[in-house]
Amino acid sequence: MGSNMAEAHPIAFASVVKAKELGAKVMHVDPHYSRTSALANLYVSTRAGSDIVFLGAIIRHILENQGYFHDYVVNYTNAATLIRADFKDTEELDGLFSGYDAQSETYSDQSSWDYERDKDGRPLTDPTLQNPRCVFQVMRRHYARYTPEMVERVCGVPREQWLQVAQTLIENSGRERTSAICYAVGWTQQSKGVQIIRAAAIIQLLLGNIGRPGGGIMALRGHASIQGSTDVPTLYDLLAGYMPQPSALLPQQTLEEYIATSGQKYGWWSNTPAYIRSLLQAWYGDAANEEDGNCSYRLIPKIIGDHSHLVTSYAMLDGKVKGYLLFGQNPAAGSTNARMQRKALEQLDWMVVRDLYEVESAAFWYKQPGYGPESSPVDSSKIKTEIFLMPAAASTEKEGSFTNTQRMLQWRDKAVDPSGDARSDLWFVYHLGKRLKELYAGSKEWRDQGLLSLTWDYDMEHPEEGSRITDEPDALLVLKELNGYYVRPPDAKEGEKKTYTLRAAPHVPGFSVLKSDGSTACGSWIYSGVYPAPGKNLAAARNPEGRTFLGWGYSWPANRRILYNRASADPQGRPWSERKKYVWWDEAEKKWTGYDVPDFPVGKPPDFKPAPGAVGIDAHSGSDPFIMKPDGKGWLFVPKGLKDGPLPTHYEAAESPVHNALYRQQSNPAAKYFRDRPDNQLAAVDDENFPIVVTTYRLTEHHVSGPMTRWMPWLNALQPSLFVELSPELASERQIRHGEWVIINTPRGEIEARAMVTRRMRPLFVAGRVVHQIGLPFHWGFQGKSKGSITNDLAHMVLEPNVSIEEAKAFTCNIRPGRMP
Amino acid sequence: MQEHTLLPEPVRAQSILSEVMEIGSRVQPFSSESREKAPRIRDAKAVHSVCPYCAVGCSLNVYVKDGHVIDIEGDPNSPINHGTLCPKGSATFQYTVNSSRLTQVLYRAPYSDHWEVKSLDWAMEQIAQRVKKTRDETFVERLPDGREVNHTLAMASLGGATLDVEENYLMKKLLTGGLGIVSIENQARI
Repeated sequence: MGSNMAEAHPIAFASVVKAKELGAKVMHVDPHYSRTSALANLYVSTRAGSDIVFLGAIIRHILENQGYFHDYVVNYTNAATLIRADFKDTEELDGLFSGYDAQSETYSDQSSWDYERDKDGRPLTDPTLQNPRCVFQVMRRHYARYTPEMVERVCGVPREQWLQVAQTLIENSGRERTSAICYAVGWTQQSKGVQIIRAAAIIQLLLGNIGRPGGGIMALRGHASIQGSTDVPTLYDLLAGYMPQPSALLPQQTLEEYIATSGQKYGWWSNTPAYIRSLLQAWYGDAANEEDGNCSYRLIPKIIGDHSHLVTSYAMLDGKVKGYLLFGQNPAAGSTNARMQRKALEQLDWMVVRDLYEVESAAFWYKQPGYGPESSPVDSSKIKTEIFLMPAAASTEKEGSFTNTQRMLQWRDKAVDPSGDARSDLWFVYHLGKRLKELYAGSKEWRDQGLLSLTWDYDMEHPEEGSRITDEPDALLVLKELNGYYVRPPDAKEGEKKTYTLRAAPHVPGFSVLKSDGSTACGSWIYSGVYPAPGKNLAAARNPEGRTFLGWGYSWPANRRILYNRASADPQGRPWSERKKYVWWDEAEKKWTGYDVPDFPVGKPPDFKPAPGAVGIDAHSGSDPFIMKPDGKGWLFVPKGLKDGPLPTHYEAAESPVHNALYRQQSNPAAKYFRDRPDNQLAAVDDENFPIVVTTYRLTEHHVSGPMTRWMPWLNALQPSLFVELSPELASERQIRHGEWVIINTPRGEIEARAMVTRRMRPLFVAGRVVHQIGLPFHWGFQGKSKGSITNDLAHMVLEPNVSIEEAKAFTCNIRPGRMP
Repeated sequence: MQEHTLLPEPVRAQSILSEVMEIGSRVQPFSSESREKAPRIRDAKAVHSVCPYCAVGCSLNVYVKDGHVIDIEGDPNSPINHGTLCPKGSATFQYTVNSSRLTQVLYRAPYSDHWEVKSLDWAMEQIAQRVKKTRDETFVERLPDGREVNHTLAMASLGGATLDVEENYLMKKLLTGGLGIVSIENQARI
């Protein structure tokens, strides 16, 4: 669901087809019949934006028909844990959970979602699952109205089809079998995207499909190193390895406060002090070399709200952002509400665009797409933005690693030099940093000490042989910093003052040796172990042998291929079945072993019971597989950490043709709507001017807004232009003929495309009437060798509350024959 | 690292065939050119790479001869793609070798109606100056209530998800850790 894997991840889908040939059942639930549907055993056509009803009904079906994997659920999930007595469910508050503040439109008080705890703070449980306040019973009440009838009414899916999906999942789960769920941005690009994924997680936990071979939830990520960008990361709200960016909105003014508010007393995150201190060492080196690391901690900027890409676009539009750096990114065509994005770029003082081609984001000051009645030539003399368009190196022209969707780092060797003045982004950032350090040299201002103390020496020992670029930084040295190194000798005697620089330091073997005393440095703790010794870059490992290919690339953390794989064995440490044997306890050797690297303390026996008062990972028993969680359990109910509720709940998309059939609350109460923005007008519910649901998607032959494909004749020959897929029924209603031009409009803008009249799009019977859906690829723009309208000009900017992602997969529009003036 | 055998099986088969064909025949059925034909990648260096498009991580062999990329194919040893590639992956040769690619720095002055070609060194210095100026004008050490923030909200960065891990790391380190820029974002958000 939420993915057209055959089209967007074709080579991975080859493995699915192979599994199908071996007897696996493939089911595809999607608004759009695609290449994936064509190869599935079962295709179910559903309405975009209704996923949680479809999944919630499966949850209800599992709970009410004892379809769950009892021993797994009782031992490995929080099904038995009691929730506080003052918690109120959406059933009681008509679509809201307790703790909602209507003024700020946020759940400002989430305390009632927490576990019921004893005086020591440990959660209370009822392993019989009968207590009305245990998660199991709370879920039964929450999903009581997610019935097959509701699936028919809201999703437009006949109940027999839905039941076939539910039954197939249940029958293919348990001791002997496992099922996997794959999703992509069809889920994430919705105003409740995180909760849709959560609904899938609940199903997989109930069926015992997490941490086991053939199970799991596969996030099919969309780009070569999008996983790496998230891990390292280049995101405003995270530091390396999923530690939060310090915030001034929380008591995080000192390192001690930061650890107290972002770390955990129990579970693996109790290691936060070692990971943050090692990051400070990696960034600030000697400046961090004081007793408690607090001085260097203060240098890290604090956030004061949502500084995500799309929120920043509005700050830009308001003139608050002066300078912008684009590294291979094209918001003028690729970001939601692209027309607003282009206006925002006009407000900048200066921007740097680093790309292979002159993309739309570099050309907006003299070229724009037509705007229908508002169309006018661009008057460059009115646009102040100063632009530096810098030629970039391609991935074949530099060395470095990509982290793929399986968390696997794979190193690339460099094939040739980039042409002319094209350089790697590593080169650009490194030399920009060097120049800035020179410009600020000698400053005594506190604000400049972060830059001046930043460790910044990545020169190659010897320039690369045969290359005319003599000042390319050493990517391997950067990988060494990510892996981590000893700042002080690991066997240093007390009082010994010797310290190492990155270049001279011994590598750390992995994150288990990282320390909170400043004696180790590590750029991203989850990557620690990728380069454990000189000459041993495991991202470059290319041994294709073995059952789980442990010698090919390196999967973080610790080269584990399946996360939480302790759950592949029963509480006593024995495989759930011979057929699904994966990681188990070896009683003779007194350790965990198997086909993968165990994701568990390797010597902790299955019958281990934590001592009273134990903290950290020692607070978990030998049968608590979910080591990152404070309670060691898989969370069916999320007692802390989500901004829109502890259980997935159906809300309609921000723009929808129907009212919410389940609650008075129409759409996600915690989403960010930007209602006061004139360029972000939304269609009303059941708006007669915008009655059609539109969803957007990728084609195999192009990549996102096209900067890496629309200049390539081979690919343009295969997919030459933008089209819109619509059903014969809708086409006949609107007198649209296959192959002719149509105009699609929303309150944000309009575009033109060729009509592709096809049964791949089907009208649905929803809430007692017919709802039409259309589908639009989004690869085009006004630059390149293949040009076309910008689909993102149609999309609005309503952001999901947890991760600030736009809702490009379900909104409403209208369509008519003709061309734009 | 395992060397990938550059394929000589069919070539050998062909030459054996041509020998067989010569038996009893006075006329050589294959020209010497045909007999000596070999794949053009035979003498090329195979460089290990990874496809730059989706996140599946298909391995590529980039064939380099005389300092030029002459072909890119799937790596048959990879347990991920077993030598296969999708249309985009198969077209990575045109992604690398493409006459439309930028090779010079282009500069557009404020309110100007044209690009100017500039040197790399000039552009780097100008960009460093702009960053410093904007930072110095907009840096906030403390909020009015005294909370320390040490940031600037007046600059932002947006990266593509085809950046290397190492590039992403240095971006975050310099821009956030060094300069105090908060809005460091990526396609990963989108």
